[in-house]
Amino acid sequence: MTRQEIETAISKELNRIAPEIDMDDIDRGEDLREEFDIDSMDFLKLVTALGKIFRVEIPEADYGQIGSFNALADYMAGKVAT
Amino acid sequence: MAYDQIRKSPGTGPASNMADYDLTRATFSWAEAHKSIDGLPNGKLNIAYEAIDRHVAAGHGSQIALRWVAKSGVRTDFTYQDLQDRTNRFANVLRARGINRGDKVYSLLGRVPELYIAALGTLKAGAVFCPLFSAFGPEPIQSRMEIGGANAVITSSRLYKRKLKGIRDSLPELREVFLIDADQEGTTHLAPLMDAASASFDTEPMDPEDTALLHFTSGTTGKPKGVVHVHEAVVAHHTTGRFALDLRPGDIYWCTADPGWVTGTSYGIIAPLTNRVTMIVDEAEFDVNRWYDMLEREAVNVWYTAPTAIRMLMKAGKEAAQSREFRALRFMASVGEPLNPEAVVWGNETFGMPFHDNWWQTETGGIMIANYACMDVKPGSMGKPMPGIDAGIVEVTEDGAKELTEPLAMGELALRPGWPSMMRGYLHEQARYDKCFVDGWYMSGDLAMRDSDGYFWFVGRGNDLIKSAGHLIGPFEVESALMEHAAVAEVGVIGVPDETAGEIVKAYVALKPGNAPSDDLMLELMGHARKRLGPAVAPKEIVFRENLPKTRSGKIMRRLLKARELGLPEGDISTLESDEK
Repeated sequence: MTRQEIETAISKELNRIAPEIDMDDIDRGEDLREEFDIDSMDFLKLVTALGKIFRVEIPEADYGQIGSFNALADYMAGKVAT
Repeated sequence: MAYDQIRKSPGTGPASNMADYDLTRATFSWAEAHKSIDGLPNGKLNIAYEAIDRHVAAGHGSQIALRWVAKSGVRTDFTYQDLQDRTNRFANVLRARGINRGDKVYSLLGRVPELYIAALGTLKAGAVFCPLFSAFGPEPIQSRMEIGGANAVITSSRLYKRKLKGIRDSLPELREVFLIDADQEGTTHLAPLMDAASASFDTEPMDPEDTALLHFTSGTTGKPKGVVHVHEAVVAHHTTGRFALDLRPGDIYWCTADPGWVTGTSYGIIAPLTNRVTMIVDEAEFDVNRWYDMLEREAVNVWYTAPTAIRMLMKAGKEAAQSREFRALRFMASVGEPLNPEAVVWGNETFGMPFHDNWWQTETGGIMIANYACMDVKPGSMGKPMPGIDAGIVEVTEDGAKELTEPLAMGELALRPGWPSMMRGYLHEQARYDKCFVDGWYMSGDLAMRDSDGYFWFVGRGNDLIKSAGHLIGPFEVESALMEHAAVAEVGVIGVPDETAGEIVKAYVALKPGNAPSDDLMLELMGHARKRLGPAVAPKEIVFRENLPKTRSGKIMRRLLKARELGLPEGDISTLESDEK
């Protein structure tokens, strides 16, 4: 899976949770929850959905590493590669 | 009961603020409790004086009042002296900008120090403080500012731009917008004014019945209700903090609630400070490791949190907690919705002590029914009424209200009014307020029962309100926002069970002719609702129906939608005129 494909998949899931947010309007290096206006429940939903799509385990202990869109994409790229 | 009673070790009771529940209850009076606050000359008082000034006057100025942990993890400490200095400056800024006694000062902020300073500085100036939750969208913000008649608001440039700027023209009474971090057209940058202001201020002596706080709560129909609380409420905040949360001077205390909700004000600002504890305030949202770090590293003694957070911690597993040492932890409490017995037991196994569930409402201003340090815990029960609070299980019939005294009888949870933090009204809505009282009882709207030992048990809600992640959400507010979309003909909104959040908001939508249900339209409606309502209120699930069940008068039968969703008996459907399709 290419980096582009990973980002597209994440954007698609984010769009299901916060459809009013335009990907072009957000800062990909900033706090993901704030940029997309998502609460803890939405965040959990996102992580669960991504876990299913990428068929990977995302333990709660790793949530600190996926704080921004870029960090999340990096994390997923690392997971998919291993 | 399926769960064993959690017995307290013999030493727990005598060591806590309330050693013996029955004895305290028998001897308690609010007049006596009033002596635990200092007050101001001539029978006046001010919440902020009890929270800050009296401790500084007594020589505790160097104690840390607030330890703020930024998202980055950086900590900033504010002593009681610092808080006095800054709240005085804020009160002076308000004065200088023409905000006076009785004016309404709102906050729309995340958990940053300015929020706490503004809350207490506003009270010092004799103005009314009204906190708004920063995850609200523009519509809930607008209705709450309109109803309350906001005169000033303190917010950040980001929140202003996203949520306030667009509705400002509809708020004629709003004279002042303070931004904590920038200067924008039509706003006032707070920081330079704070720097220039004097650090001394004579805290405004208030009449005990003067309004101090305005908290909004949702109704099943119509607009949100502005719940009025007065300065006298501080007596209840202080006392309940002492008895129900076992707060002691010098404790490290962490209340995870946001001040945008009543818990985050009564027990996230007022009660901890009047009891002279050190409050931990975390700017960040829930995160398992961060939370365990916080409890361990900050050596938290008393922790007040919510069922949704506890269930998220449970989900992460015991292992995440087992590598930690919570040596300082002494007391844990939970509020927002009933804590399921599994979570109480899990707390006991994981932390070596149970979560102490308690029950209260925005209207009651403070904890009414609780599990106490000195009392055994029955997992799943909300506990027993606070000293000074008379609670009953009441049935209302044509003949009026009748208390049901036989054990386990089900009825509406009701309270005898008269405690200091009881609401004094719904703003501009006398009729709605009057409806809360029947034959000398305040009717809570919750169904409950009392067992033979006097423990109260939550049974269900007596109305259509939704409790999601501990937040009370009115279906009408959500329905109204969806109705604004051009494709929508009718909407019914209910809460559906969710294992983590308790309930989530689900909307049933029927479309106008010419519109076909599709995934794209569903996402469009979701975005529409989120933009207006914000993530805390917007539905998490939207489904389409050809028609919604309605009464003859056209009222959508949420009750029926819910019964069907849950697979429960439909009950009396004699008023059903047009059914769901």
